[in-house]
Amino acid sequence: MLLEVRDLHVEFRTRDGIAKAVNGVSYGVDAGRTLAVLGESGSGKSVTAQTVMGILDVPPGRITGGEVLFEGRDLLKLKEEERRTVRGAEMAMIFQDALSSLNPVLTVGDQLAEMFTVHRGMSRRDARARAVELMDRVRIPGARERVKQYPHQFSGGMRQRIMIAMAMALEPKLIIADEPTTALDVTVQAQVMDLLADLQREYDMGLILITHDLGVVADVADEIAVMYAGRIVETAPVHEIYKAPAHPYTRGLLDSIPRLDQKGRELYAIKGLPPSLTAIPPGCAFHPRCPLARDVCRTDEPPLYQVGDTRGSACHFWRECLHD
Amino acid sequence: MPEEPYEPERAIAGTGMGGTMDLGASEAATLEKTPGGPDGTGPQDKPRSLWSDAWHDLRRNPVFLVSGLVILFLVVISVRPSLIASGNPLHCDLAKAQEGSQAGHPFGFNGQGCDVYTRTVHGARTSVLVGVLSTLGVAVLGSVLGGLAGFFGGVWDAILSRLTDIFFAIPVVLGGLVLLSVITSNTVWPVIGFIVLLGWPQISRIARGSVITAKQNDYVQAARALGANSSRLLLRHITPNAVAPVIVVATIALGTYISLEATLSFLGVGLRPPSVSWGIDISAAAPYVRNAPHALLWPSGALAITVLAFIMLGDAVRDALDPKLR
Amino acid sequence: MGRYVIRRLLQMIPVFIGATLLIFLMVNVMGDPIAGLCGDRECDPATAARLRREFGLDKPVWQQYATYMGNVFTGDFGTAFNGQPVTELMGTAFPVTIRLTIIAVVFEIVIGITLGVLTGLRRGRPVDTAVLLLTLVVISVPTFVTGLLLQLLLGVKWGWIAPSVSSDARVDELILPGLVLASVSLAYVTRLTRTSIAENRRSDYVRTAIAKGLPRRRVITRHLLRNSLIPVVTFIGTDVGALMGGAIVTERIFNIHGVGYQLYQGILRQNTQTVVGFVTVLVLVFLVANLLVDLLYAVLDPRIRYA
Repeated sequence: MLLEVRDLHVEFRTRDGIAKAVNGVSYGVDAGRTLAVLGESGSGKSVTAQTVMGILDVPPGRITGGEVLFEGRDLLKLKEEERRTVRGAEMAMIFQDALSSLNPVLTVGDQLAEMFTVHRGMSRRDARARAVELMDRVRIPGARERVKQYPHQFSGGMRQRIMIAMAMALEPKLIIADEPTTALDVTVQAQVMDLLADLQREYDMGLILITHDLGVVADVADEIAVMYAGRIVETAPVHEIYKAPAHPYTRGLLDSIPRLDQKGRELYAIKGLPPSLTAIPPGCAFHPRCPLARDVCRTDEPPLYQVGDTRGSACHFWRECLHD
Repeated sequence: MPEEPYEPERAIAGTGMGGTMDLGASEAATLEKTPGGPDGTGPQDKPRSLWSDAWHDLRRNPVFLVSGLVILFLVVISVRPSLIASGNPLHCDLAKAQEGSQAGHPFGFNGQGCDVYTRTVHGARTSVLVGVLSTLGVAVLGSVLGGLAGFFGGVWDAILSRLTDIFFAIPVVLGGLVLLSVITSNTVWPVIGFIVLLGWPQISRIARGSVITAKQNDYVQAARALGANSSRLLLRHITPNAVAPVIVVATIALGTYISLEATLSFLGVGLRPPSVSWGIDISAAAPYVRNAPHALLWPSGALAITVLAFIMLGDAVRDALDPKLR
Repeated sequence: MGRYVIRRLLQMIPVFIGATLLIFLMVNVMGDPIAGLCGDRECDPATAARLRREFGLDKPVWQQYATYMGNVFTGDFGTAFNGQPVTELMGTAFPVTIRLTIIAVVFEIVIGITLGVLTGLRRGRPVDTAVLLLTLVVISVPTFVTGLLLQLLLGVKWGWIAPSVSSDARVDELILPGLVLASVSLAYVTRLTRTSIAENRRSDYVRTAIAKGLPRRRVITRHLLRNSLIPVVTFIGTDVGALMGGAIVTERIFNIHGVGYQLYQGILRQNTQTVVGFVTVLVLVFLVANLLVDLLYAVLDPRIRYA
């Protein structure tokens, strides 16, 4: 495994008490594979990713347990200086909002070149040349001229390409993309996603794709991990989960997508709201919203049951769900 | 693109007595996006009004309580100074000039042989009076002018903007010296008049800005579309939103006005003897500072604590009223 | 950019005229412009009448103002109470006040920004709370009290410095007055820097810089500071004008013969030409400083484009 997260726990100090953002998350991704992490806002998917990257704000955040194994070594045990050399060079991250994620007062060329001067000790001239190459590679027209421009002078799609170029700069083994297309126009979304997928294949990178968009997932992901209230509730290869979800939450998510073949049918909506992370319900965190919930769900937290050879579901009644 | 970036700081630099800047003191390391977790939305709290919410916060804020108590005390002794200082502040005995602390005269005597304690206590009245009345005048004049300009826009707005620019361009202390040097009055009114004259642009900018912001709110647009008339819009929808920032700035400004009065009196153009003012006493004590530093220190301390109390009060009110800082 | 500058310059004209006219009116309506022209004595009626005619004081105020401004633009600022041309007074006073202002600005930059960065990065820690409280006290204590107290402590009690400044106003003599003049702005700069740093520290682009694996030092200096200092720089820029106008108190406490001193003398002796002349220059300095700051803003923040 390229990256393996084991039993990760992260919490935040807030005004209203301790928010348990990540509660025992385990997932992994191999080189050349794509893991999609799916979940609503507040499900802990971004916090997990930030912990893997080592960019969690501490405090208010606090890692209370678990391991992040990258090529076998536990990143959480590294000293900050060692950790820093991993960031950007061996694993890189792409953020949702490229406009705010790029420094507004530095040219994109400076921000790209910085990767080479800092990590590779290149001269500014060479680094600048590499920056132009990178922009070419992410298919930004007129790279030689545009390298001197500032982020606000680019369109949303082009900015996200620059973010991708920055992440690709040192050919990392793992890329974490946190909702990379959410902020973009629908027409641009597909282009950016295709670019990311192409680059991933070309360099045989592992990709963790964080999203709440099931449509994106179907096209590019190999594996899916569905998160709810800081836990993984279902993991499965992508085609299987679409055929038959093994968790009522996943089922709810799938049923709430509009589909052309079922026109006229009323869209399903999961009732209720996600729980506050300062007061996660006992037992199965999903039980207040679950159509299958019974007494045991209110008291016993379900483990991640093995479903077949390749899947897992954190539902006491996964069989019912699967065959429903 | 903004034509004049960083308006609030400009305002301060211009007047030299501003206080719109962030005086935000108490931010604990709290997570911004709670509840519901770091990137989430969660169940909403019960809706409470801005004011009751603010009051709820204020009652628990030690800064507010301490500064509030100090101010309450100041107000009481300015109304009835004889409660704690029965002497006559104008009664001076040159034979005792510059003497230090002694029985019945805990703060000693100043260069003219007046009792420093009595004069310091009686000086509070001037400061509180000038501070409160100037602030009222500035707040009323500034919010009416700024509010109307912001609401109706157009020519009036342009004229008002240029007018505020003009007032900002005049150094405050300098204006005070020029205007007040020729008025020989023993009352607080010239000083108050001067502060209102030069202080209103600061409030009018704030009021104008918040009215313009409020005007662009969707619900105001909706009310307008539904045919609400101007006066109803202004009273019912816009004023409540514009009042909070004005109150905050005015409270902090109150402290700076007290400081300004003392400064002008120190320079000899604010209040003049035989009025009792900390500024006058500090000015009078300066030449004797070598032998009688106490005559300088007590009124200075009283002045500093008073200004500090008002600024801290404004600070606390600002924190409570500004939901963005929570 | 060029068009923007021209538009701003045009906008400055009414403000300049308004501010100087306001001062002109204040001085004229309130005071007697020829008082003091005969030295310390009252002018005798005949001389007074002659002086009035000579200065055009029998004309309407607006005409007097126009004449005065006309003279100013040919470099004639009139005559001070002691018979010296006002321009001569300016020649001796402005260098002193400019020196004082420069020292104050240096204090703002060095101490204010350092403290602001320090506290902004350590929000909520004891250092932060202590500095924050200190700035609040500095803002609350009026400048003249700060000045007198420091003069008492350093000059009289401990004898570290001479309590008043000689007429050359050497730089070393101006250090303490410069600090006093800077004090309130210094506290504001500290707070502004702190807020700005603390806000930007949570920004997405700083998170990106960390995710890029940049060393902490580089994240702070190249990414965080570069952005956070934009509002601070503009504040300090606009403060230059305010400092020069506000130096009156400081100069009085330390007996510095600068702009404030000359103005004070002019006001005491009700000498219109000195007062209006100095104020005109101060207003100009203030307006130009503001314009320069706006242009500087565009240089510092590429997102701002003036059209």
